[in-house]
Amino acid sequence: MGMNVVESIESDFMRLDIPPFRVGDTVKVHVKIREGEKERIQVFEGVVIRHHRGRMGATFTVRKVSYGVGVERIFPLHSPQLDKIEILRRGRVRRSRLYYLRSLVGKAARIREKR
Amino acid sequence: MVKALIGRKLEMTQLFAEDGSVVPVTVVEAGPCVVTQVKTVERDGYRALQIGFGSRKAKNVNRPMKGHLDKVGKGYFQVLKEVRVKDVSDFEIGQDLSVDVFEVGERVDVIGTSKGKGFAGTIKRWGFQRGPAAHGSKNIREPGSTGNATFPGRVIKGKKMPGQKGNKRVTVMGLKVVDVRPEQNLLLVRGAVPGAKNGIIFIRKSNRVA
Repeated sequence: MGMNVVESIESDFMRLDIPPFRVGDTVKVHVKIREGEKERIQVFEGVVIRHHRGRMGATFTVRKVSYGVGVERIFPLHSPQLDKIEILRRGRVRRSRLYYLRSLVGKAARIREKR
Repeated sequence: MVKALIGRKLEMTQLFAEDGSVVPVTVVEAGPCVVTQVKTVERDGYRALQIGFGSRKAKNVNRPMKGHLDKVGKGYFQVLKEVRVKDVSDFEIGQDLSVDVFEVGERVDVIGTSKGKGFAGTIKRWGFQRGPAAHGSKNIREPGSTGNATFPGRVIKGKKMPGQKGNKRVTVMGLKVVDVRPEQNLLLVRGAVPGAKNGIIFIRKSNRVA
């Protein structure tokens, strides 16, 4: 008994179908949204600026600029609300937290593509 | 049925509820416990069960305890605890109690020994404000005034002062059972439970209505 027991419980809930994306990637996050009885999918597209590591508690932050306003959304990596994640573009970045994007707009906020 | 067990706190983690919200849970290894003694009104003046949990090597058990536990014949236990019951006729010595006495959704009370913090000052122990750190201040973490002057001429009882913090019996009431896993003797309880990992805890059905 011990840690491995807890890990086995967590593994029942973990999402192993999430593709391995990295900080700097541009992703489309499909989120399930419940409105009363109906369920629909909302898409949030932006750059992954942070990957907060952990087991069940792991999260990632996606940033986009919507009508000139920066919007960041933090998703739990293993949330059952996530329908799927599409990776649109692999970015080449040199740090793990892209907070510097917050102070940049337009062309300056671009990220080089990885090739 | 007796809804009480001795267990061991394993670790906290988080799970997702059906609606996607995060549920903080403590994983508890609860039981299996063994009835080591049945106390009756005729012999003991009250009705209770003594239950044991965990194991102890034979060489670490003293002779009175050995004599007591050899009557049960199920090894030696790390902890023994008494549980009051209304009717003892359903129970006999050597009977096993396991997590399946608890159901998902039920409320439980958890009793444990909190983590010891040693001799702590008023800021850490009671959340007092601290004094200014600069401008020649000399009362940065001092407890401040302890009361009035000539009247009443004493410090009132129960005044919050420095002293031992933690390492004390703590009861947390009304925690919800999130999951029961009898194959692994595991109980998943919503929220935090007193004590350190691997600490011994006592779990009982809560009398509080949810």
